[in-house]
Amino acid sequence: MTDALREQIRGFILENYLFTDDKSALGLDDSLLERGIVDSTGMLEIIFFIEEQLGVKVKDEEMVPDNLDGVNKIAAFVAKRQAA
Amino acid sequence: MCGIAGTLYFDAQRAPEQSRLERMVKAIAHRGPDGDGYHVEPGVGLGHARLSIIDLGGGAQPIHNGKRTVWITYNGEIFNYIELRQDLEARGHQFYTHSDTEVIVHMYEEFGDRFVDQLNGQFAFAIWDRPKRRLVLARDRAGILPLYYAQTRDELVFASEVKSILASGAVKAELDPNGLDELMTFWAPLAPRTMFKGVNQLAPGEMLIVENGSVKRRQYWEWSFPEAGAHRHGAQADLEQELREVLSDATRLRLRADVPVGAYLSGGLDSSTLVALLQERVPQTLRTFSIGFDDAGLDESVHQRTVVDYLRTSHNHIQCSTADIANAFPRTIHHSEMPVLRTAPAPMQMLSGLVRRSNVKVVLTGEGADEVLGGYDIFKEAKVRHFWAQQPESSWRPALLKRLYPYLNLTSAQSAAYLKEFFGVGLQNPADPCFSHLPRWATTAQCKLFWSDDFRGRVDGSAVERFRDSLPGQVRGWHRFNRGEYLEAKTLLPSYLLSAQGDRMLMASSVEGRFPFLDHRLIEFANRLHPRYKMRVLKEKHLLKQAMRDRLPAAILQRHKQPYRAPDAAAFVGDRTPEYVTELMSPQALARTGYFDPDKVTRLVAKLQRAKVPAARDNMAFVGILSTQLWHAQFVAGQKF
Repeated sequence: MTDALREQIRGFILENYLFTDDKSALGLDDSLLERGIVDSTGMLEIIFFIEEQLGVKVKDEEMVPDNLDGVNKIAAFVAKRQAA
Repeated sequence: MCGIAGTLYFDAQRAPEQSRLERMVKAIAHRGPDGDGYHVEPGVGLGHARLSIIDLGGGAQPIHNGKRTVWITYNGEIFNYIELRQDLEARGHQFYTHSDTEVIVHMYEEFGDRFVDQLNGQFAFAIWDRPKRRLVLARDRAGILPLYYAQTRDELVFASEVKSILASGAVKAELDPNGLDELMTFWAPLAPRTMFKGVNQLAPGEMLIVENGSVKRRQYWEWSFPEAGAHRHGAQADLEQELREVLSDATRLRLRADVPVGAYLSGGLDSSTLVALLQERVPQTLRTFSIGFDDAGLDESVHQRTVVDYLRTSHNHIQCSTADIANAFPRTIHHSEMPVLRTAPAPMQMLSGLVRRSNVKVVLTGEGADEVLGGYDIFKEAKVRHFWAQQPESSWRPALLKRLYPYLNLTSAQSAAYLKEFFGVGLQNPADPCFSHLPRWATTAQCKLFWSDDFRGRVDGSAVERFRDSLPGQVRGWHRFNRGEYLEAKTLLPSYLLSAQGDRMLMASSVEGRFPFLDHRLIEFANRLHPRYKMRVLKEKHLLKQAMRDRLPAAILQRHKQPYRAPDAAAFVGDRTPEYVTELMSPQALARTGYFDPDKVTRLVAKLQRAKVPAARDNMAFVGILSTQLWHAQFVAGQKF
């Protein structure tokens, strides 16, 4: 898992959900759900981003908070799938 | 309907200027294009803009009693005025017109302030009782018609719309930060608050009495429910029969007019029910009106056609494009006098325009049925969340929410974790009177992300806390389903649906709306019923569907409820962005008004331009920001569009 991947994901969330480029607005371990950063359609957008920009298909059973709820979790999930 | 305006000086000798009253009435001339009238005496001025519906020749206002000591300026309809007048005549009262207005003056003389309890109708009026030097303002029970006021050191000014109060010069237009906070929580400021600092509105079912220099508010009617356990039960067939009778009589009374009456037809259960009941009473072919959208996901034309073919009405249809919405939107905000989070009022304004062009002045609508008879998804959502709150660790209980919102597309049992975050707001406290509405309010409040830091500092505390503190104590003793109905009736219905999407869009075209489902006899009948008659498991409006099963096509009875929606951000972004949108959403314009963070808004606009399907929150925020900018431009900065 690279810093570049983490920053790409953080950049996407900052731009699309928090509407800022201030990195301090989103910690790498912050929960997107608990902080109310994404809504129901928002999660679909994150999945589109992972699939279209990062090239990783997300299966139904993978749509769980452990994989998607935060920058570090998404980065770890994507890195694992890219390595597989 | 009509427009009213007036002033009461606290100095009884001070003479109002008629020219000032004329300016106030002119500002709301769209509410009453058929004439204007004034009554001026020391201390008091009353003005009126008239839309002639009943007693076309003799109903000019203001109107007085026999001794010319009690005067009224009045907007609305008292549907039972014929029966009330007969009773008053038997008591010796004499009348000089055939209007419902004059009946109110005599009712006040005969019964004092309690007379409002006998009125069946939609109204906002001001009565001036000269011998007692007393001004009485009142607004109908459900809040169909608006009434605003502002109190200064010298006077109390009042009017049907804020623009009339602004025309008086008594207050200067300025945004109330708590008003925008409430709007970006509940969809609208809640009475007595408005978007304008220093301007208040009467609440539905409220009177305002000014006497001896004091101003008192009195709630004469309230949405009320039985204590849990004290509901009415009965044989289903008997209750169906009673519902049909009450609704049919509510419809009968609302056909009283000296001008042609039509009906809105959305293709849903409520408007179809009304049209079916109307067809039984109107000798000629009924004229119906509907709106359609190019976006198939929002369009209900197929269902409208089903009802038209079945009931054989004379139907008029208007197709609304995204460009139409963008073009109509500045005028929509001029009439709504508040920002909106959806564009839905704009097509309603176009629809009332179609009615007017068709030479129809009065339309009946199905508004209110969802509140009164249990139609909204939010009631189902609350029911599932209550069920879930009893076993918060259950993963299959919240899975029922997927039946309500299939678009969530969450298929695995593991998706419960997401449902918990989206709908689990307040789950730990199911006794909270606001329980049913907390997820919706939390979602709406995401618009506040775009506030500027400076503006955020001008808002006092939390809109939800302020509202919760204002709730009457008995609400906590009601059935949880009734608590949800009550919140809906106190927030969205009067403040948004009947206002920005109702009265204001009708009056923009000088058309009067009438609402049989909001007849107070029907509300009181429905409120006494046990909730299981309204929602059977998760099936909405159970009793109404059963009561109408022989009179409507099965396709309409079995339809899943489709909320009325119009294209939102899609109307404004992309290749055909109107010039006014580019201007008002520019960083410079946003910095000038100061409500929103220009950088965040610029990023939102860029995101919407990229988006294939805009997220719900982004749509709502964009429309809310644009309409706030339009509101400011028109009311504070005085720009014309």
